[in-house]
Amino acid sequence: MSDSVTNLEELKKLAPPAELRRAPVVEGNLGLGWLTDKLSVFAEGKTPLWWWILFSISAVCATVIFPVCLFYQVFTGVGVWGNNHPVMWGLDIVNFIWWVGVAHAGTLISALLFLTKQHWRTTIGRMAEAMTVFSVMMAGLYPAIHVGRAWFDWFMFPIPNSNGLWPQFRSPLMWDVFAVNTYLVVSMLFFFMGMIPDFATLRDRSTTRVRKAIFSALAMGWTGSARHWHHYEKAYVVLCGLCTLLVFTVSSIVGLDFCTAQIAGWHATIFPLYFVIGAVFCGFGMMLVLLVPLRKWCGLENIITLSHMDKVAKLALVSGLIIDYIYLMEFFIAWYSGDPYERWVFGHRLFGHTYIYLGWTLIGINVCLTQLLWFKKIRSNMLALFIIGLLINCGMWSERFVIVVGSLYQEFLPANWGKYMPTRWDIGLYIGTLGTFFMLYLLFVKFLPMIAISEVKGVMPEADPHHKLGGAKTGGDK
Amino acid sequence: MSAPAKEKVYGLMAEFDSPAAILDAAKKVRDAGYSRWDTFTPFPIHGMDEVMKLGNSLVGWVALGGGAFMFANVAFLIWFSNAWDYPLIVGGKPMFSVPMTFVPAYIMLIMGGAVGALIGMLAFNQLPRLHHPLLKIPQFETASRDKFILLIGATDKNFSVTETRKLLEQLGGAQITLVEDED
Repeated sequence: MSDSVTNLEELKKLAPPAELRRAPVVEGNLGLGWLTDKLSVFAEGKTPLWWWILFSISAVCATVIFPVCLFYQVFTGVGVWGNNHPVMWGLDIVNFIWWVGVAHAGTLISALLFLTKQHWRTTIGRMAEAMTVFSVMMAGLYPAIHVGRAWFDWFMFPIPNSNGLWPQFRSPLMWDVFAVNTYLVVSMLFFFMGMIPDFATLRDRSTTRVRKAIFSALAMGWTGSARHWHHYEKAYVVLCGLCTLLVFTVSSIVGLDFCTAQIAGWHATIFPLYFVIGAVFCGFGMMLVLLVPLRKWCGLENIITLSHMDKVAKLALVSGLIIDYIYLMEFFIAWYSGDPYERWVFGHRLFGHTYIYLGWTLIGINVCLTQLLWFKKIRSNMLALFIIGLLINCGMWSERFVIVVGSLYQEFLPANWGKYMPTRWDIGLYIGTLGTFFMLYLLFVKFLPMIAISEVKGVMPEADPHHKLGGAKTGGDK
Repeated sequence: MSAPAKEKVYGLMAEFDSPAAILDAAKKVRDAGYSRWDTFTPFPIHGMDEVMKLGNSLVGWVALGGGAFMFANVAFLIWFSNAWDYPLIVGGKPMFSVPMTFVPAYIMLIMGGAVGALIGMLAFNQLPRLHHPLLKIPQFETASRDKFILLIGATDKNFSVTETRKLLEQLGGAQITLVEDED
């Protein structure tokens, strides 16, 4: 801009028209103090009724159904599930992939969008990270009990032992152990580190001794010194970079579990990418399910604005379109390969018998229903987004079922064909993990800073020393 | 009143209202020749690193070190366990090859890097710490809310309770407070 711009009128002419301007991160912002109150009030205020209702339901699932199904399976054996020859991977692996998938969008939102400097991510990043941490916990549980003898899980770790046994490192199943554990640890570190400045805020705001003691311990003496921030920001960028790598790595490795096998339907090089994108798509669905009610019930409509929901929905649409392309490729390659087994498996996904309703659920939701997100009207309707989010989760769950069971139940020899139906213990365990996830999530929402207070404040114009609102004498108006 | 605990002066703190004000004050404090001072803000202030001449944070190197350490270790572990201690033939392939180590080593590189970043951050910031003289000052609680605090340490060679207070007043600092620390 040249020096000739002296008065406000000329500046207004140069400014982009209203529809092209960037939506503000927070609507109706009344300053940093207001923002601090607004963002921490839910963790400090009285617990609302809806929280108690949801918490009781999920706590019953988490503390009754979950342990009962878990212990019964561990004490009795994998036979309590529907897994049997030829379908040795049933709901346990389906749910494992599904939970890992849910985790991925969280990391993508919090890490990848940070690296691409998307300011709107500050408002939903923390909630996305929490989703990641809790769903990886649920995912990690499944392979641990699927092995059948959970007390031998330590065989999977490279621990020197008197049996002289070491893991076989050429197997992608072994890589999975490392990938899921790393994902759990790194996403927890990232989650925790991001909260340190906010713990300090809650510590400084606390009115009771107990709160003060707890948040002082969690904040670890954080003062917000420029030196603290200096190192913190560097560590945050590094962690974001590493987490972004994990988005692409963990599900790729889960995909490799399948595509190194010879089974028709799994023997495809597209699997790593397929699983990553599917994971992200599924996670955006879960993000919508969590964000829509929470922004309303916690009074965060000014913070998690319609514009942010619109962006999450657009990301869901983009990942959905990539998934559609991959479906197309999968079917095309199955046909183009000329391999009768491949053709058989893929033909039976849609025109077979036992599981076609799941095949068509997948097409109906992931391919057709997702297209609704093209419309602005749908993207700004919260109820529609909530339902679409739920359905995307169902669609992706059936996709995983179709991939896992749909490829196993009719393998090369017809003599080996069989059926798989989940038993009540399969379903109970799934309900248990869902309950545990939501229970942990509700506890997080109630007791921890669910929105990154310092990050949101940091992207406000009030935080910019070169903006009028930040105290600068000139400049600003952007 | 019982005999007061021995207190020594830790520094002088002043409160500012906006990021621009504290950035400006920080520049002037630096130009006045002070070296042991710090700012406390609810979020990082753009440009403060340059004013305080903090340079590049070494946390990145700690993360790199952690990652490299884990990568090398896992690669070694795989060679040791699958090719040396208990040689394992899988699919007629060589006992050891670099590509077979890559995925687990790379995954553990991420783990090492992440742990390194967190530990590096905490170590350079001297956290966790249970006590900080500023955390006793009630007014300091606003530094995590909407105020911006500048502290000039008593260990600075230019520090004098009266002169430094005068400087902070000139800079427009409000609520100038003497911070004391237990000896």
